Amino acid sequence: MTSRRTWWKTVLGLVFVAFMLFPVYWIVNVSLTQTKDLRADPPHLFPWNPTFDGYVNVFQDQMPALGTSLLIGLGCVALTLAISAPAGYALAKLRPRGGGTLNFMLLVAQMIPSVVMAIGFYAIYVRLGWLNSVWGLIVADSTIAVPFGVLVFRAFMSGIPEELIQAAKIDGASVWRTFTSVVLPVSRNAVLTVSLFAFLWAWSDFVFASTLDRNGDAVPVTLGIYAYIGNNTTEWNSIMATAAIASVPAAVLLVVAQRYVAGGVTAGAIKD
Amino acid sequence: MHVTTERVVAPRPAETPPPAPPRRVRRLRPTQWAAFAFLAPLIAYLLIFYAYPLYRNIELSLHDYTARAFVLGNAEFVGLANYADIIGSDGFLLALRNTAIFTFVSIAAQYAIGLGLAVFFRNHFRLSGLLRALFLVPWLLPLIVSGSTWSWLLNSDHGIVNSVLESFGIGQINWLTSPDWALTSVVIANIWLGVPFNLVILYSGLKNIPDNLYEAAAIDGANAWQQFWRVTVPLLRPVSAITLLLGLIYTLKVVDVVWIMTTGGPGDASTTLAVWSYREAFGTGQPDFSPAATIGNLLIVIALAFGGLYLYLQRKQEQS
Repeated sequence: MTSRRTWWKTVLGLVFVAFMLFPVYWIVNVSLTQTKDLRADPPHLFPWNPTFDGYVNVFQDQMPALGTSLLIGLGCVALTLAISAPAGYALAKLRPRGGGTLNFMLLVAQMIPSVVMAIGFYAIYVRLGWLNSVWGLIVADSTIAVPFGVLVFRAFMSGIPEELIQAAKIDGASVWRTFTSVVLPVSRNAVLTVSLFAFLWAWSDFVFASTLDRNGDAVPVTLGIYAYIGNNTTEWNSIMATAAIASVPAAVLLVVAQRYVAGGVTAGAIKD
Repeated sequence: MHVTTERVVAPRPAETPPPAPPRRVRRLRPTQWAAFAFLAPLIAYLLIFYAYPLYRNIELSLHDYTARAFVLGNAEFVGLANYADIIGSDGFLLALRNTAIFTFVSIAAQYAIGLGLAVFFRNHFRLSGLLRALFLVPWLLPLIVSGSTWSWLLNSDHGIVNSVLESFGIGQINWLTSPDWALTSVVIANIWLGVPFNLVILYSGLKNIPDNLYEAAAIDGANAWQQFWRVTVPLLRPVSAITLLLGLIYTLKVVDVVWIMTTGGPGDASTTLAVWSYREAFGTGQPDFSPAATIGNLLIVIALAFGGLYLYLQRKQEQS
């Protein structure tokens, strides 16, 4: 009905998006540029003479790193869900003593700078021998997601009708049974949101990886890119090809699950 | 593709009154035990993986840890000497100034751009959902990807930004290698990173402002500009406060973007407190954990001060 009067907004919106996403286009452009053209002046705006050498390099050099990142991401999702879902349920529905204090501590936990956590973890891992291990990194990465996860689960689960839980109780279900067969299936959206962010944060993490896994045999892809930049600063096509591959999960999630992304961003910030 | 920012995650709590008004029972009710069992993993987790690293951090800052002592654990207790050293050092004021500029310029620009876009997207138009979703991309990319991309965009000799500026007759700017421009460069990249977050939150805040207020304002003869200042801005104030404070807390702790683009250099030109702490601990061949922990703890104090303000405002918003 208003499409006639608002076509200019669509055009303007396209311009804004093009401006905003120009760096993303540049990743793809540079990743396909021949090495000899990288230093052309002015830079080529379009890879007229594309090469896939950068991507070949990625698959030769970075496959193990991508595998490690995947493993860390999935491990982080599992750990985050295991801890935050039951806790969120307890805070939302079981009215525990000291719940308010716990909520407050979760908010404070989110304010602690990751570099502080990294120093603390480093000091602990040195003694435990956990440095450069995938396990150590999963645990460290999960600290970014667990407080967020609890807050999302609590917010979502307090919206579950009390009748549903009472009905399960009357049918003789234990608290645990109610949680696994009634509450969790109903909370599918919250599970998806938390999983998505836990995976993305672990996949993207640089601070913990660069401090706790610097000399590991299995490094995640973020460190793979960082090492690339340090070693051969001339081959920006390979660096950008790795960057493009490392961005694939983000792209997939945006297409498949964007409403959970937008929901997750607001979940932490606004309560209405 | 259509983004719904309505309550996907946090539905309004059911209007049913909580059952069973609390009777005074002396023993713990069974549900209390269940609640504790459900919370036990979280409590253990917070103690082991939050409280203990924090405790180690404070302990590091109160001792003089050398690399040897760090492994053996027999460092000398020096009280607050590390804090006195850091605050009295030449780099402190510069790092504090850089942190303030980085944080405040970043969030001011992110907020302004985010709000402008949110207002732009407020009324539905063709493709608006898709375009709004695309704005999330910078926020979803791994920071190493965005950081290295911006490094290449801003490269002095071969970057596209300088190439465009040259075509306008502006000479080469050494974005990342000149002490005058390094901080500006990381601020630009960080603004780009933060716009999506501001857009999403402010957009959902705008959506909560009832349409009829705008209609009433329009009937009273208010133009778009007046509607923005008289309706949008006042009604968005609580959401704005929370957006800005969250942005502040997140931006204070940023390490990755700065480290990837400039490593805080050249010299200390783009060193913020968080980057300084990172460099002392991990950035050089010789880790110096005591000063690093000290700077980190000072940063926590600043973050908590603003965090306290955030909680205060949120509580006030809930009451109103």
